[in-house]
Amino acid sequence: MNIHEYQAKELMMRFGVAVPKGRPAFTPDEALAAAQQLGVGRFVVKAQIHAGGRGKGGGVKLANSPEEVKDIAAKMLGMTLITHQTGPEGKVVKKVYIEEAGAIAKELYLGMIIDRTSRQIVVMASTEGGMEIEEVAAKTPEKIIKEFIDPVAGMQDFYAKKVAYRLGLSGDLVGKLVKFLKSLYRMFLELDCSLVEINPLVLTKDNNLFALDAKINFDDNALFRHKDIEALRDVNEEDAKELDAKAHGLSYISLTGNIGCMVNGAGLAMSTMDIIKLYGGEPANFLDVGGGANKEQVTHAFKIILADEKVQGILVNIFGGIMKCDVIADGIIAAAKEVNIRVPLVVRLEGTNVELGQEKLARSGLNIITAKGMAEAAQKVVRAVRGEL
Amino acid sequence: MSIFVDRNTRVIVQGITGKDGMFHTKQCRDYGTKIVGGVTPGKGGTDVEGIPVFNTVVDAVVATRPNASMIFVPPPFAADSIMEAVDAGIELVVCITEGIPTLDMLKVSSYLKGKRTRLIGPNCPGIITPGEAKLGIMPAKIHSPGKVGIISRSGTLTYEAVYQITVLGLGQSTALGIGGDPIIGTSFIDALEAFNDDPKTEAIIMIGEIGGTAEDDAARYIKKYVEKPVVAFIAGQTAPKGKRMGHAGAIITGGKTTAQDKIEVLESVGIKVSRSPAEIGQTMYDLLKKVKAKTMTKRKTGKAARKSKPSAKKR
Repeated sequence: MNIHEYQAKELMMRFGVAVPKGRPAFTPDEALAAAQQLGVGRFVVKAQIHAGGRGKGGGVKLANSPEEVKDIAAKMLGMTLITHQTGPEGKVVKKVYIEEAGAIAKELYLGMIIDRTSRQIVVMASTEGGMEIEEVAAKTPEKIIKEFIDPVAGMQDFYAKKVAYRLGLSGDLVGKLVKFLKSLYRMFLELDCSLVEINPLVLTKDNNLFALDAKINFDDNALFRHKDIEALRDVNEEDAKELDAKAHGLSYISLTGNIGCMVNGAGLAMSTMDIIKLYGGEPANFLDVGGGANKEQVTHAFKIILADEKVQGILVNIFGGIMKCDVIADGIIAAAKEVNIRVPLVVRLEGTNVELGQEKLARSGLNIITAKGMAEAAQKVVRAVRGEL
Repeated sequence: MSIFVDRNTRVIVQGITGKDGMFHTKQCRDYGTKIVGGVTPGKGGTDVEGIPVFNTVVDAVVATRPNASMIFVPPPFAADSIMEAVDAGIELVVCITEGIPTLDMLKVSSYLKGKRTRLIGPNCPGIITPGEAKLGIMPAKIHSPGKVGIISRSGTLTYEAVYQITVLGLGQSTALGIGGDPIIGTSFIDALEAFNDDPKTEAIIMIGEIGGTAEDDAARYIKKYVEKPVVAFIAGQTAPKGKRMGHAGAIITGGKTTAQDKIEVLESVGIKVSRSPAEIGQTMYDLLKKVKAKTMTKRKTGKAARKSKPSAKKR
């Protein structure tokens, strides 16, 4: 799960991680009030959307007075911000964050993530802050500092000091970075983060350091023990259909093609998309009904797929393990009664209770194209959307 | 032979009294797996279809002498259950549970260091040695005893490959899903090492997917140590970019995590990669035929000098 920058900074502040003073605002008047309350000389107005690259897209502006903050906020709120992470359709700005603008001496990069290979949390840092960090990693990998943290020892001072000295810090700043990293690590563990990224981490002219930007991702699997974090979810930032699917225990991602897919298991769902493409078709979505879907979930999956107007054919590919093929068959039949399946439907069933499932479909009187094997199923659905079947 | 499980494996089920635990315990027992006990705190002294239930793993170990455990405990308590099994000295733990918090698994993985236990999973379909033992949720019927070892990060896609291999008459020595989570117990490399050392396994199928670097690590390992023919498939060739975890994720893996990247790495070390998920079995069938023909010619011309088997211990 993602949250906004202003929410991330509030959490960081709670854990003692240094961030600039700031307040969120939903209207130009609130922005004015926020600026007045901050009581500083210079401000930054930042669009709050779940995507990076906001500065280049015009989502980060400097202001020299609360009135200027209000003007900028008025223009920013409601605008569609397009960055390299939003996709071409962009995202509408619904809130802004008003922050104190400091005198920046240097910009650094700091990230914290779980490394699959070493099975440890790794701290990444670089002197090349404020840049496209992926580019830095690709072109000058030696400029990325990595420090692997032993989970039993935790964030010891020496880890943090190693990072500080390799970043070229000295004097007070070393101790400040140690405190910063220890607080950040404690937050990472306590809130079940999966990623924290601070780009840039800035050094100020008065010898301080703080997080100028902040991105936190949370482990979805751990949200059950963080109701307060779950409450930070901004549904405006998420795809409505994907959220609806999730509420029904389905995993759905919308794509650009015209062949709707319903599959059990993520790996099989991805390879169903692959084989559709291999035979010249384009998948309209990724949809994993999970391991133990019931009739209602299958019906709902059909509704989600059919709500997409691009869909001109549907491929159901089920390899029953826990999932029984007759349950899928019941779901298809129930769905056909509830919603008008207006497009050709190709069904491939295999595994647990396959005979019963096929028998149920055959007796239903529905116009279903059956297939044996993934290849045949993909070929048939591709031909069906072309009107060849 | 086979890897990790066979007809002598004695299994307890943690979470045996839950809906899934109970259903699959019966399925596994019907397949012939020796299920000797179950564990559910608070239900010690009862039984599930004649299988005795204990409050703790240690109680079950003392009474039933198992060497493996299969876990169906819900996600909030699953990591604790894995560690309980490790603490009790169980040699093989197969964790089916999906949705365990990653930081819990970080703790488990650290706890496992220096212990004798092998963990398979979590979030996996389990492991099966056809005709001998099934510790998992895979449909038994699609398997047949044979010579191909199958390792996969996916669940249902494993069934797909297994089924193709069965239909082609090759059969499986052992098939296992290692799980799709970021932090897992047994890696591709662990399973490859075991299959390479297993005389019954003549060839190996490895099924990977986008994300992470497990396939690249496996490719390097195969090049160095594995002499048996390997066929691979990578799911997600058409998966859209942008559905990923920020920049830091791409950096730590060097950015090479797309299906195309992985396929290139695998092919560069001579591994046959099937582009279609429907042709994994056929690709293996053809490869085995070719390998056989080659050995025959070599034998005829007297060039059958076999490379000495490498020690796969250090990597």
